[in-house]
Amino acid sequence: MTAALTLTDLVGRHGQLQAVKGISLTIAKNEVLAVIGANGAGKTTLMRMIAGLHPVAEGGILLHGAPVTRMPAHARVNAGIALSPEGRRLFGDMTVAENLMIAAENGRKGDWTLATVCDAFPQLTPLLGRLAGGLSGGQRQAVAIGRALIANPSVILLDEVSLGLSPAAVEGLYDSLAGLKGQVTLIVVEQDLTRAMGFASRLICIAEGELELDGTPDTLTRQQITDAYFGIHKAEEPQHA
Amino acid sequence: MLDSLIQGILLGGYYAVLAAGLSLMFGVVRFINLAHGDMAVLGALGSLWLVQSAGVGVPLAIVFTLLGMAALGWLMQRFIFERALAGGFLIPILTTIGLGAALQNGMFAAFGSDTKSLGAHIGNLSWASWELPGGIFVGQLPVYMFATAVLVLGALHLLLTRTAFGRAVRATSTDAEAASLCGVDPRKVHRWAAAIAVALAGLAGIFLAMRAQVTPFSGPMMLIFAFEAVVIGGIGSLRGTLIGGIVLGVVQALGALISPQISILAGHLVFLAVLGWRLMQVAAAERGGWRAALSAALNKPDLSRRQA
Repeated sequence: MTAALTLTDLVGRHGQLQAVKGISLTIAKNEVLAVIGANGAGKTTLMRMIAGLHPVAEGGILLHGAPVTRMPAHARVNAGIALSPEGRRLFGDMTVAENLMIAAENGRKGDWTLATVCDAFPQLTPLLGRLAGGLSGGQRQAVAIGRALIANPSVILLDEVSLGLSPAAVEGLYDSLAGLKGQVTLIVVEQDLTRAMGFASRLICIAEGELELDGTPDTLTRQQITDAYFGIHKAEEPQHA
Repeated sequence: MLDSLIQGILLGGYYAVLAAGLSLMFGVVRFINLAHGDMAVLGALGSLWLVQSAGVGVPLAIVFTLLGMAALGWLMQRFIFERALAGGFLIPILTTIGLGAALQNGMFAAFGSDTKSLGAHIGNLSWASWELPGGIFVGQLPVYMFATAVLVLGALHLLLTRTAFGRAVRATSTDAEAASLCGVDPRKVHRWAAAIAVALAGLAGIFLAMRAQVTPFSGPMMLIFAFEAVVIGGIGSLRGTLIGGIVLGVVQALGALISPQISILAGHLVFLAVLGWRLMQVAAAERGGWRAALSAALNKPDLSRRQA
């Protein structure tokens, strides 16, 4: 079975700065992957590269075995990748329904429609006629995830799911997201380690643009993850001991 | 007085169509097309050429001109404006100034500098009028042009608010990157927006050719009128553009009442007043309302405190 997403020695730059320094990763179909890492570790750049918003300097991306490295973002949506970006990026002067319709009209056709998205995210139903600019953080995030979902992707990237949201809003969103497991490949950037370990079937940690850690929540210890998060390498430990 | 008001409102439809293309280009593509007026003149002279030299009937000439102008807009966005936009904010301005100059001299070479008008080819429509109660005469042509303007802008408004294409246009104008994450190709949207914008310029040019004389060098004045209508009405709303066009038309008509020589000047002055008012509103908003802004300007407390 081909992997849903294969990243090979992916390098991404911001001018002179190398934000992603050769990350290789294979993500199986319908896997739930949590990406953690400190601010500036390169998580968002990596998400933007997979979605086609940030140019790939070196390396390649395969989606279900087919190369998408040079494909523009809108074509990748129709190939099956959808990103809910950092900061939500809703169309503030349009209604929630219109925000969802744009992705439905220009994305792939499939089981996800306005009705099924509202079933999966019941908090959206009363908001459909409201302008997206006037919503709370949690509501905006629900719309952003719905907008990614309604394009019927096979791989969903969710950047900074719980950033800036109330605990209750985060709880509600993850309850809804749990219903997607097994239907799509989910890649979630999450700052909350407990949440990430509880939700995902696999966890990777990125520090300074490199893959520091890759494992399952069962096998990784909190200490390992904390060390990886801060870029503390095992090899250095004997010197401290 | 009432007569001038009516004439001004009818003239406003023409200004609104002229301004709508400029506003659409700026609002959706974020591109200031300084050759917009010259493109309108191209539409005018193109339709004149079709009628006078190619022997096409006026209605068919209008259709051909609008289609040709739309194609021109699409191609210019695809091959010129897209590249200019990638080069920062100065390049589009220089590009369209150059394009405007090339258009003016190109049209001078192709059509000569004689003033021309479609008026001679539309039968008695150019002078026919209706008499309103109260002894006011309104020209049939201005009424038809105003009705066309309202219909075209109304249809455009429905297109932008009610259709999938319109939603894609609005999404792209708000956040092109987010639109691409929804599967919209922003470059394609920009090309079609440019096609509509240049077709609108062509329609305004045809209006001008019907109601007045055109020369290859009429463009810059049309650009100024378009800018004035956009600024008066506010960018990004077709209703605002229509109101802006009508205000400009009414002010020019009322100015002409005082003296024919200050008609255009009156439009410029109202434009400057509205611009100044808008700038003051922005400045006031930054200082916590206009009262605070006024007292700050009068007392200069910041300066005195700094000196103390």
